[in-house]
Amino acid sequence: MLWETVRLAIQAIFRNALRSFLTVLGIVIGVAAVIAMVTVGQGSTEQVTADVEKLGANVLMVLPGQDPMEGGPVGTADPMFTVRDNDMLENQLASVGLSAPISQSRARVVFGNENRRTDVVGTDNRYFEAARWTLARGRFFDPAEVQSGKPVCVLGETVRRDLFGYADPVGETVRIRALSCEIVGLLQSKGASTFGADQDDFVIMPIKTFHRRIAGNSDVSTLFVSVREDASTERAKEEIEILMREIRRIGRGEEDDFSVMDMKQLATMLSGITDILTGLLSAVAAVSLVVGGIGIMNIMLVSVTERTREIGIRLAIGAQARQVLLQFLVEAIILSLIGGLIGIALGLGLAILGTNWLSIPFTPDPGIVLLAFGFSALVGIVFGFFPARRAARLDPIEALRHE
Amino acid sequence: MADAPLIELAGISRVYGEGEIAVRALDNIDLTVEAGDFIAIMGPSGSGKSTAMNVIGCLDSPTSGHYRFNGIEVAGLSQDQRALLRRHYLGFVFQGYNLLPRTSALHNVELPLIYKGLGRAERRAAAADALRKVGLEDRAHHDPSALSGGQQQRVAIARALVGNPQVILADEPTGNLDTKTSVEIMEVLEGLNENEGLTIVMVTHETDMAQYARRLIWMVDGRIERDERKRKAA
Repeated sequence: MLWETVRLAIQAIFRNALRSFLTVLGIVIGVAAVIAMVTVGQGSTEQVTADVEKLGANVLMVLPGQDPMEGGPVGTADPMFTVRDNDMLENQLASVGLSAPISQSRARVVFGNENRRTDVVGTDNRYFEAARWTLARGRFFDPAEVQSGKPVCVLGETVRRDLFGYADPVGETVRIRALSCEIVGLLQSKGASTFGADQDDFVIMPIKTFHRRIAGNSDVSTLFVSVREDASTERAKEEIEILMREIRRIGRGEEDDFSVMDMKQLATMLSGITDILTGLLSAVAAVSLVVGGIGIMNIMLVSVTERTREIGIRLAIGAQARQVLLQFLVEAIILSLIGGLIGIALGLGLAILGTNWLSIPFTPDPGIVLLAFGFSALVGIVFGFFPARRAARLDPIEALRHE
Repeated sequence: MADAPLIELAGISRVYGEGEIAVRALDNIDLTVEAGDFIAIMGPSGSGKSTAMNVIGCLDSPTSGHYRFNGIEVAGLSQDQRALLRRHYLGFVFQGYNLLPRTSALHNVELPLIYKGLGRAERRAAAADALRKVGLEDRAHHDPSALSGGQQQRVAIARALVGNPQVILADEPTGNLDTKTSVEIMEVLEGLNENEGLTIVMVTHETDMAQYARRLIWMVDGRIERDERKRKAA
């Protein structure tokens, strides 16, 4: 009997194919929008995670000031670090593999008639290793160059392209503020970061050179720490916090005036943001599902009126009220399921286009597809029930008399 | 129970509306129909013949009185229980044919069997058989719109008899047809009555068509005025 009802409903739907299609358009658009939003959103979350892993999951950054994620004020005048702090971390903590001091400033780099404003970074070879930079040309710094603060530098790919085109910059000299600096190496490009920032847009020099010739002080703004493979980042984080409190003489009960950022933590924060955005957009899209449901109800009501005579015939030949109810309910459910299926196909198609365009991974979630399917069935039940009940309550004599 | 008449109306009234505007469509009617009979209910418009038909057909409930069908008291049954009675014991033929549009003759005839819960193959066979009985086996796959009025009415008769009912209720079955076609339809009904032993209750206002019945009932103002058994013309 149920199978008969389903067959009957499909017949009724295809008897009026164009109208049926227009009826389900709302559901189609709603489901497609939700699926596309969620899939693209999840793709970007995955992209964030992948990017962070590329950078190194076992990397910690120590920054002055409280952790912005825990509500501390950003950019307060907490004291910077020193190179000595950095070396103490590296030498005294068992879980720390490498620790590189980083200082940086924005400055204009000039070569001949070309120039570019970029990040000038002072650090040493430990940074290249910890952040997994490799060379495209030339070499990293000599220990002697680092020791004595020689005017040498390594270029990021973006700076090279801007100043030198595709020519080999190694051996050339650029001017940064008052400093003439010899280029000894060129880094292999890493491309855009998660935020879309260009990771190759910088010039690196020995930190001593930076302190003396660019900054004019010996502040270190970031400690870039790579955790030993055999140690956990949580452990390293704890050790660093204890040592840093000691170095910076923070009394018992006082809050940290520095923070240790975990790349995993960063990834969580970023994917949290994309999740919120995804949820918000999906909620907007879900509204159109409700609108689509109302469209179905509207057409089902029209259909009940149009088919009043048919209902009368069915009742006269022995259909019970609940069988008529079931017939119209099943019809509404099948209508919205068809809409749901078309919407899922369309949504996945849009998601493929969208992820391609944003060059993020296409990772369809079977859960959300099932959910969309289930939700469209629910729309059919909810919005189909009222018209179906109206049909079932018709009086057979009146219905047969209906023109 | 075997001796009980097929249809037994006792003191049936049907009143529409209340108070001063109340209309007594049926006024204290007594009527008994034996199995195998062919009765024609006649009368002017508003005489209550259609209401009588609806009550007998279990489509309507009387306001008062007793209606026993096969010894079962119908008056107290619910909508759904009456639907079951219609499904198993009654077949309807209407003036306007009332076939489902855009649905083949065969599918139209099958319809009552769907509600009887028969399988597809069984339904097909029974529907084809019923169409054969009304002489329309070669039109089984035509839509109603491709059939003449007489053919449509024959499909409707096939639909009424496909479920092996005990009674066929025909409400002005020839009302939309010309004389020649009307005669054809009446001959089909007469044949079913004589050959299959089907009880037929027909409402008509055409005296010519009423001649096919064995018993004539005249109604005026909701009452039975005349009830005569007629000797069949050869």
